[in-house]
Amino acid sequence: MHSNRLGWLLLAPTLLVLGLFGVVPFFYVVWVSFHQWNPFAANPDMIFNGAENFRRLVFDEAFLASLGATVSFVFFAVISELVLGYMLAQAFMKDFPGKGFFRTIHTLPLIMAPIIVGSVWKLMTTPSIGIIPNLLDSWFGFDLNIGQSAAAAFIVTVVMDVWHWTPLVTLSLIAALVSLPQDPFEQAQIDGAGKRQIFWHVTLPMIAPAVLATVFIRLMDALRTVDEVLMLTGGGPGAATRYVGVHIFKEVFPRTNYGYGSAISVIVLYLTIVVCWLLYVGMLAPRNTGKG
Amino acid sequence: MKRRHPWLYLLFWIAVSFLTLFPIYWLFVISVKPAVDLFSTPDIILKSFYWQNYIDVLNDRTLRGYMVNSLVISSGNAVLCTTLGFLACYALSRFDLPGKESIFFWTITNRMAPPAVFLLPLFLLMTQVYRIGDFTLLDTRIGMILVYCTFNLPFAIWTLRPTLDGIPKELDEAAYMDGASPFKVITEVVFPLCRPGLAVTLILTWVFAWNEYLLAATLTNFSARTLTTGLSEYVTTTGTEWGIMAAISVFTLIPALIVFGLVQRHIVTGLTFGAVKG
Repeated sequence: MHSNRLGWLLLAPTLLVLGLFGVVPFFYVVWVSFHQWNPFAANPDMIFNGAENFRRLVFDEAFLASLGATVSFVFFAVISELVLGYMLAQAFMKDFPGKGFFRTIHTLPLIMAPIIVGSVWKLMTTPSIGIIPNLLDSWFGFDLNIGQSAAAAFIVTVVMDVWHWTPLVTLSLIAALVSLPQDPFEQAQIDGAGKRQIFWHVTLPMIAPAVLATVFIRLMDALRTVDEVLMLTGGGPGAATRYVGVHIFKEVFPRTNYGYGSAISVIVLYLTIVVCWLLYVGMLAPRNTGKG
Repeated sequence: MKRRHPWLYLLFWIAVSFLTLFPIYWLFVISVKPAVDLFSTPDIILKSFYWQNYIDVLNDRTLRGYMVNSLVISSGNAVLCTTLGFLACYALSRFDLPGKESIFFWTITNRMAPPAVFLLPLFLLMTQVYRIGDFTLLDTRIGMILVYCTFNLPFAIWTLRPTLDGIPKELDEAAYMDGASPFKVITEVVFPLCRPGLAVTLILTWVFAWNEYLLAATLTNFSARTLTTGLSEYVTTTGTEWGIMAAISVFTLIPALIVFGLVQRHIVTGLTFGAVKG
């Protein structure tokens, strides 16, 4: 084959662009994270304070609460998307009239901007003027108030995320299911395996890499959610839906604590990378054992 | 296996589609209501249409400018990311570069960064560091095209890698034997085989760029301002003009819908993010 020089040449533009707009800002954020810096405070200078931001962060209840809320948000959203997405992908594997049409409809939420999704869901769920609280009230006498109930606000953000992103999960699982060989399924049926057994012992192991890859991208994007939630609940009521992305936004924008906000970002980025790395290793595992 | 009647699936999908479409329908409902009606008890069925919001939006020259900016930025970014991602994946897939798997994983970490805190360094870099004389990248289309690469280029690389890994190396080797140049191999052997993957990458990066809000809100003022940021200008301290916002939202949906419709048939075969191929 050709020399590695050509390989590096092909890779160079990517490294250059990501270096200039990804790595350089990252090091800047790391540098700021070791400073106390609030440009709009009485003393607008950057003051070096060592690891103080990081020490403060470990005992910061607001940050820890936000981290906890993020973990439940991401957990419930991604699990629901996976289960629903798998069921819908399986339903798309059957033949029925108008399949292409329904697949197009099902992918529509994907093309909507997060900020628009946030606005629509806000208008649908605002107490007294929203359609959903009104219907729930007249049908079941249930009072959904995302302005007061932390649980209601949490559930609505999860439902919104599920509505918006399940189509992506469905599409990537369809891609995985379509490429599966048929023999193992026929063999399992001949051996008299039940539906549940086929799922756990035949389908799941074969689509595991695709499932992990899907979890990977959803997890990564759910962790950095800002626009949608900011628009829908603004992080409230209280701090119930103040997920880390929103928390950092609020620390940096209304409060202009650049130093502390940077420290939080560095930690959140680090945690995200660790979790995603573990998933990535899981994604690679079947491929490697398959080769060996 | 038990075969259920296809009409049952049809019924099931009609129910699912109703749930999927409802928020989009509601967006439309809001866009054709006068502002006063929004604060009364809502009705599911539309009784009258009020087109003034659309007329206002269409007559707004500023918004037309934003629309053009959005189109230029997202198309430019999608083409740039898909091209660079394709070349990078060819390098990652065909060459034995030291540390290439680390580079591959590193690219995606750029997408994981919490966006809010990176606004400041990007702002400073674009105004003070990356400049040629008086020309700065702030509030320029080219600047936004480059900034959007931070989240779209990694996505492109991760979506295209399995496609390129799936193409047998023997094909390129045979072409090299016949005396083809690397350029010829990439454009005439590998490229045609990657079409479904490239189409999906192009469309998804386009949609991500088209829908981006936070970066555009900070890094543009007027001349490169996009439609999504135009939306937020209607959220003011005195109240939000939801009708106009909804009408603009409907306008942002239409181009995305058209572009998406063009590659529908590729989307299933091409969507293989990460290491899907076993």
